[in-house]
Amino acid sequence: MSEINAAVTGGSISADVSGRYIAREHHPEQGTLLGFWLYLMSDCLLFASLFATYAVLGRNYAGGPTGAELFDLSLIAVNTGFLLLSSITFGFAMIAAQAKNLAKTQMWLVVTGILGVAFLSLEIYEFQHLIHEGAGPQRSGFLTSFFALVGTHGLHVFFGVIWLVTLLVQLGKHGITPENFRRLACLSLFWHFLDLVWIFVFTFVYLMGVLP
Amino acid sequence: MQDSFDLTKLIFGRLGWDAIPFHEPILLATFAGVIVGGLALVGLISYFRLWGTLWRDWITSIDHKKIGIMYMILGLIMFLRGFADALMMRAQQALAFGDNAGFLPPHHYDQVFTAHGVIMIFFVAMPFVTGLMNYVVPLQIGARDVAFPFLNNFSFWMTTMGAVLVMASLFVGEFARTGWLAYPPLSGIMASPGVGVDYYIWSLQIAGVGTLLSGVNLIVTIVKMRAPGMGMMKMPVFVWTSLCTNILIVVTFPILTAVLAMLGMDRLFDTAFFTNDRGGNAMMYVNLIWIWGHPEVYILILPAFGIFSEVVSTFSGKRLFGYTSMVYATCVIMVLSYLVWLHHFFTMGSGASVNAFFGITTMIISIPTGAKIFNWLFTMYRGKIRFELPMMWTVSFMLTFTVGGMTGVMLAIPAADFVLHNSLFLIAHFHNVIIGGVVFGIFAGLNYWFPKAFGYKLDTFWGKISFWLWSIGFWVAFTPPYILGFMGYTRRTSHFDDTSVQWLFQISFLGTLMIAGGIGALLMQFYVSFRDRNTARLRDFTGDPWNGRTLEWSTSSPPPDYNFAFTPVVHDNDTFADMKKNGYQRPLRDFVAIHMPKNTWAGFVVSALACGVGFGIIWHMWALVAVSFIAMMAAIIAHTFNYKRDYYIPADEVVRTEEARTRMMESHV
Amino acid sequence: MIPKIVRRGLPLLLIAALSGCNTVVMNPTGDIAKQQADLISISVWLMLLIIIPVMILTVLFAWRYRSGANAKYEPDWDHSTKLELIIWGAPLLIIIVLGVITWVSTHKLDPYRPLDRIDANRPIAASVKPLEVQVVALDWKWLFIYPEQGIASVNHLVTPIDVPVRFKITSSTVMNTFYIPTLAGMIYAMPGMETELNAVLNKTGNYQGLSANFSGDGFSHMKFAYKGVTAGEFDSWVAEMKNNPGTLDRADYLVLEKPSAKEPVRHYGQVEPALFNRILNRCVSEGTMCMNQQMHDDHKRNQMAAAIRQLPKDANKSLLAEAIEMCVAPFNTVKK
Repeated sequence: MSEINAAVTGGSISADVSGRYIAREHHPEQGTLLGFWLYLMSDCLLFASLFATYAVLGRNYAGGPTGAELFDLSLIAVNTGFLLLSSITFGFAMIAAQAKNLAKTQMWLVVTGILGVAFLSLEIYEFQHLIHEGAGPQRSGFLTSFFALVGTHGLHVFFGVIWLVTLLVQLGKHGITPENFRRLACLSLFWHFLDLVWIFVFTFVYLMGVLP
Repeated sequence: MQDSFDLTKLIFGRLGWDAIPFHEPILLATFAGVIVGGLALVGLISYFRLWGTLWRDWITSIDHKKIGIMYMILGLIMFLRGFADALMMRAQQALAFGDNAGFLPPHHYDQVFTAHGVIMIFFVAMPFVTGLMNYVVPLQIGARDVAFPFLNNFSFWMTTMGAVLVMASLFVGEFARTGWLAYPPLSGIMASPGVGVDYYIWSLQIAGVGTLLSGVNLIVTIVKMRAPGMGMMKMPVFVWTSLCTNILIVVTFPILTAVLAMLGMDRLFDTAFFTNDRGGNAMMYVNLIWIWGHPEVYILILPAFGIFSEVVSTFSGKRLFGYTSMVYATCVIMVLSYLVWLHHFFTMGSGASVNAFFGITTMIISIPTGAKIFNWLFTMYRGKIRFELPMMWTVSFMLTFTVGGMTGVMLAIPAADFVLHNSLFLIAHFHNVIIGGVVFGIFAGLNYWFPKAFGYKLDTFWGKISFWLWSIGFWVAFTPPYILGFMGYTRRTSHFDDTSVQWLFQISFLGTLMIAGGIGALLMQFYVSFRDRNTARLRDFTGDPWNGRTLEWSTSSPPPDYNFAFTPVVHDNDTFADMKKNGYQRPLRDFVAIHMPKNTWAGFVVSALACGVGFGIIWHMWALVAVSFIAMMAAIIAHTFNYKRDYYIPADEVVRTEEARTRMMESHV
Repeated sequence: MIPKIVRRGLPLLLIAALSGCNTVVMNPTGDIAKQQADLISISVWLMLLIIIPVMILTVLFAWRYRSGANAKYEPDWDHSTKLELIIWGAPLLIIIVLGVITWVSTHKLDPYRPLDRIDANRPIAASVKPLEVQVVALDWKWLFIYPEQGIASVNHLVTPIDVPVRFKITSSTVMNTFYIPTLAGMIYAMPGMETELNAVLNKTGNYQGLSANFSGDGFSHMKFAYKGVTAGEFDSWVAEMKNNPGTLDRADYLVLEKPSAKEPVRHYGQVEPALFNRILNRCVSEGTMCMNQQMHDDHKRNQMAAAIRQLPKDANKSLLAEAIEMCVAPFNTVKK
């Protein structure tokens, strides 16, 4: 082997020089969480576009109903409670996962999932009620942008719930492996992000929609 | 009990035999050609029993090099389609004067120019730059692959499925007739009730998801997977421009997703986003689409700038002048590109202060861009310039793009734009910067990195023919539009009354034919290079055919699957040049097993199902939509249950690969 | 190998040879367009200050430092603060100048701004009333209404020279652009929205106008004849038009609105008053509510609702709400 080396280098083997240019053992850093953050920021921009659209179209009632006439703030408060609570329960799940307590993790995840489903059910009820009243997304620019914004948020929660169920199955199968913990961390980010977006929705759409 | 449930409607939606263009000779002939060609291809693959190889080594590959090559192939195929559209447009405009209606009635001409724009931007330029970034960036930073190899495969297939939908619109139904950005109300359900705009929306939504994920992928790769010692300010400039490009992608593509979804909802659910009545606002679309649209063109040009930086430095045998300045200029361009979007619609009636603000921000971008050009010039200064093809393309870029930039600054003055908006002057301007900048950059990159990817250089003779035909042909084709813009001619016109200007359109058509020759020469270049790939003239034995300066040239041509047997350690910019200067020898022993990701079926399958969802929505085939969507979710979930996604290349295989390279290098000392 | 200079010279040669062409954008007959043409010229000259040196340096360096030549080779020279200052500074200076020109000219040539001059030598008094022309972009023809004169025409526009004209522009279905190259810059014509263009023509003649925003199948033929005449000729033209038997009322407009291309010129001696307002607010058809009326009602309704909420607790709010609902909103959408 060294003969070949000598032939290539023309005689001088400068092993020290070459040694400084290679790493014998190298493990690149894990990029999953950064990647998921980046995806989440792009999702943030998606919501930003929807908020911007709502800002532009949100007072175009086209002779139809206004937010003040439609929104049932007590219902929305309950729904907000469900979602905020679900963020807390997810937090408990993460604490249990860090302590490697599988049963507790699963339990808190189930509670989170139920709260998420409760949120979705109430939201579907609200939508269906609005549509029944003639205040569907086709009625006016205001209602179109309302349904798009709130509906997109709900769609995200829906996919979050599916993800949660999938992860529950996978936790049951493999336990809290490093890979599964990473997945939990990503879902956790996702869930809290949706909670944050909801705070903005609640404020700009519902609360400010009811004010003059 | 009679039910109004119509099974045929559920399955076939609005798809019927009338969707196939039986009475359009051009389309039928093309269709026949595609069928014959496709069958021939399938036959060849079957005859040589290559299906297994195709599936194992390419379709399911997560290797960034293979994926990069596939992106380039996609770009090339779509380039031929997009250029065919261009030829048809130029021919029509050269013919259709006075009583001569040309050969393309408005109904078709309008589809042709829409398809031309959509294809060139989304399915030619984007795949080309994505392909080059995919191939080169991991090699330049000393990594083995990108951060998320599976996602990379998925991104590629999503882009391809978007292209499939666009191509399908040629033979089943029709494409949009709205221009490449499909403004409502023209693209709304009232003015465009057909399937065309739906093809547009869904092909872009699917491709857009692929691009967005690719953006996330490359950012994490660059941030997390650089070789030890490669601080941010030691990265090659191409990596910097790739980083900025991908940040732009992540920050702008969601807006495209949102606005196309809104347009789709208007069309499908009769919502009131962009309608004329019920409180919709079409100007909102114009704003949102251009908030995406302007950064998009910077997404295209920044990688090209990166390529030029690499090429100028390598072929001048000199360090790049003003590295720090280049990095800052790139970042400034990235940030500013987000602050100029309104210059695309100065004429929409915003107030003077708003118009002036955006005009000024647009002009400010020309400062860092100009700084880059000067930095390239001063890299050439007191260098030893070798005029290989990549360098030739670079010089042509510098002369061509500069004029395009100048006309851009002219258009940036709102009051001047009032007379030039949407004119043929505008067409000439953006083709000037896209062809002069992006296309020439891609050709430079292609000629530069081809030997790395395939082990042999591209033929110089045919390359030069292509170069001259493109460089001169571009000016012959696009100088007339500059002049016609000053004569008050607008774009997207399929017929003219004043025959006194016909000669200008004919010259433009001649230029287009020259470019066609350039493309033909490019294809010849590929063929001749492949044919002569083992000759001494073309073969790359050492992995470093150009006396390169960056890490990718330290690997063999093509590199092994694992790229680097040992991760390199970086001490300076122009890492490989530094290594060579200090007498570096590649390691020849003590190889270890290397950890690699496995192939995946999931990317291809999920993308194909997404294509099914898209096709179903376009044609209102709700059964197909439901089935495809559920299958897609099932496939994604099934994929997440796969925890065994990696393997090890055994040490003795690494030894064998490296020894083979040593033998090759020795045999051509 | 063809020297790059020759290759670059080709397009310039072409441009020189073409100086005989009617480049109307650079040789217009309207004052606003003239100022815009001047702006284009100034910006080109300013930028050539950078562009020409860049081109020369490119060719020069490519030639001088090619590998065969015996030029100095400094492979490690990659930095010069002085050069960087020039590289960033010179373009910055030019852009500052252009920026100032941009700010000033954008305000001066704002289409909404009333004219303050007829041409470079003749300012206008503030009291001069512009001629108002209402423009509707249809599929795929142009309707011009002269509200003061009570006449209208399709695909034919006539204005007197040296008189400021104020165009009020809208569209029927999709976005178009109203553009007369010889007169002034263009501005979008959008359904449900009104844009404005102030301009003045300085020379009589026959010109052309077009739409410069793609609007569908008939777009290529969406041109109109534009005639600039003296003030006296204009008055006699109006008088002649008034005798035209054609009428344009709401029903006629609905027929005209239907998609058609290559429409011949048509004149109307009688126009329904405030027709343009109806077109703009999308209430030409019987029974449709005008958009401005609707927006006004929405606003009023909102204000009323807010006022009711502010009332003291014991006030009979629901009765009041119902009373107002019945007057203002045609829909009963209040939740009980």
